[in-house]
Amino acid sequence: MSDGEAPGRSGGRRSLRTDLGGGLVLPTPVLVAAGCVGTGRELGGLVDLRRVGGLVSRTITLEPRKGSPPPRIAETPSGTVWSTGFQNPGVAVFVEVELPRLARGGAPVIVSIAGGSVDEHVRLVGALQTRPEVAAIEVNLSGPDEEMRREVLGEHVDRTGEVVGAIARMSLVPVFAKLPMAASALPDLARAAVRAGAHGVTMGAPPAALGVRTNDLRPALGGVTGWLAGPALKPLTLRAVFETSRVVPEAPILAVGGVRSASDAIEMLLAGASAVQVGTATLVDPMAPVEIARGIADYLRDKGISSPADLQARLRVPAGFRATDAP
Amino acid sequence: MKRVRAEVLSTRKLGAYHQLTVVAPEIAEKARPGQFVAVKMPDRREFLLRRHLAIHDASRRGGWAGTLEFVIEPSGPGTSWLAAARAHSFLDVIGPLGKGFALPRRLTNCLLVAEGHGAAPLYFLAQELVAAGKRVDMVVGADTMERVLKPIDAKRVSQTVAIVTTDGTLGDRGAVMEVLPAVADRVRAQVVYAAGPARTLEQVAAFCTERGLPAQVALEERMGCGFGLCYTCVVPVARKDGSGYDNLRSCVDGPVFNPARVLWDRWLGERPTMLPTPPEGLPVVRSWPG
Repeated sequence: MSDGEAPGRSGGRRSLRTDLGGGLVLPTPVLVAAGCVGTGRELGGLVDLRRVGGLVSRTITLEPRKGSPPPRIAETPSGTVWSTGFQNPGVAVFVEVELPRLARGGAPVIVSIAGGSVDEHVRLVGALQTRPEVAAIEVNLSGPDEEMRREVLGEHVDRTGEVVGAIARMSLVPVFAKLPMAASALPDLARAAVRAGAHGVTMGAPPAALGVRTNDLRPALGGVTGWLAGPALKPLTLRAVFETSRVVPEAPILAVGGVRSASDAIEMLLAGASAVQVGTATLVDPMAPVEIARGIADYLRDKGISSPADLQARLRVPAGFRATDAP
Repeated sequence: MKRVRAEVLSTRKLGAYHQLTVVAPEIAEKARPGQFVAVKMPDRREFLLRRHLAIHDASRRGGWAGTLEFVIEPSGPGTSWLAAARAHSFLDVIGPLGKGFALPRRLTNCLLVAEGHGAAPLYFLAQELVAAGKRVDMVVGADTMERVLKPIDAKRVSQTVAIVTTDGTLGDRGAVMEVLPAVADRVRAQVVYAAGPARTLEQVAAFCTERGLPAQVALEERMGCGFGLCYTCVVPVARKDGSGYDNLRSCVDGPVFNPARVLWDRWLGERPTMLPTPPEGLPVVRSWPG
């Protein structure tokens, strides 16, 4: 942390500036994922936020949420099973207290939101609309659809289009649809989201998971089921990013799930991502987003490539391959 | 809060536990009793997250200046790896973390209640209390002799010590709660500090509430990061004004809490009551992610 320069500007390194379109320009293609930035002031003491590509806020709902009962996290081979149950103070308090703190460090702020109905999403966007700190909105579509009484809103093509459309029509900033990466209808979901007006796709919301304790025969989490995170997710994320980028090549993809090294991030870019989000790795090592960005810059310099965008979707796939042919 | 590369000075066996001493002057200087550190694990599939260790001692002066001590109970892959750490190897340590114990301003008679390896932070606290001119008495309990942490140190630092073990191998046979009321009367306790298993702390809390004794307890809830990012280590704590409760992060709002405000049933009991309430008439189909 000795030099305060952004990696994009430091001597000898390639520029990591990442233009995602829609006026959203990130200093590096490495962001901190939703749920890993606390309330905005915790990370500042451990990392120079000017060298972070962006911060995705914890997921904000219209009303305050207490979240899931503890324990909320358990280790599993090469990952964690976790669930916070969207604990957050509600959008009103978020806008008042946390948003200015998140923005203070200088990194672009993407606000993650979730609602149970179209109306809730619209009101969330309304509350964020007037705030200049909001660089983009990420809609977490892995929560339940209370209106339609369905388990996961973002697994249904019609509803994904409806909700994303309502948000995108209203939002003044780019909207990213965070889709469940394990959804079987993934290509259709991505197409529906982008057609409805999503600027890009966050790929993606993790698969649901369960941890079991053998000593007292209980689930590892107080809320019973949770979500998988960590390196275990990487190949799932790669495949989801790859498939998505082939159906919506015009939309920037933010890859999230299993990125903890520069190599992981480069693989995501090659598979079709425009930028990556780092979650679990930030919890272990708060400097991870900066070190991953530095590693990308080193790779670009070694390979003589001028910018991260030149890596994007450069995976050499056999001619005639269609993602839908895959097993 | 500092992140340092700390050299392991020594590890030694301490009954059923291991004592780990590392050189970390930047952290030792600032550490307060009740605070903890987060230690990075090597890159292996069986552990990913940092391990969180209560500070057992922080030496700021003398020949051992700048060292931190921890007590480790090997119970899983992470703690076993730490217990086997070799002298002169290096650990990636972030600390000091969390809110520690507050020292009383006016009251003088402090009773420290420890069970098992939870006793670790209380020795650090005892030294600070004595240095501040307070009277310290201790109740130290464990299952068996090997799990009574440093009984000789307890005697050295406090006026009186009551030692209890479940099997009677050291001190009296019994549990800390069986001797606590009598000891509290005998030493005229004015303040109680406790650390150990949650169920014991719940009973200590009930006792202190009944007697009107101010108390502080160090809680342990499973942590993800240890510095406030992930909201996984929450404990339900009632608001001061009684208007409800909040799930507070034990890493930044604790791990030391006022036990009278901890909602023990919600924290430790069968917990369906904590699930988010759905809007009228709609089923909860899955707990909310986030």
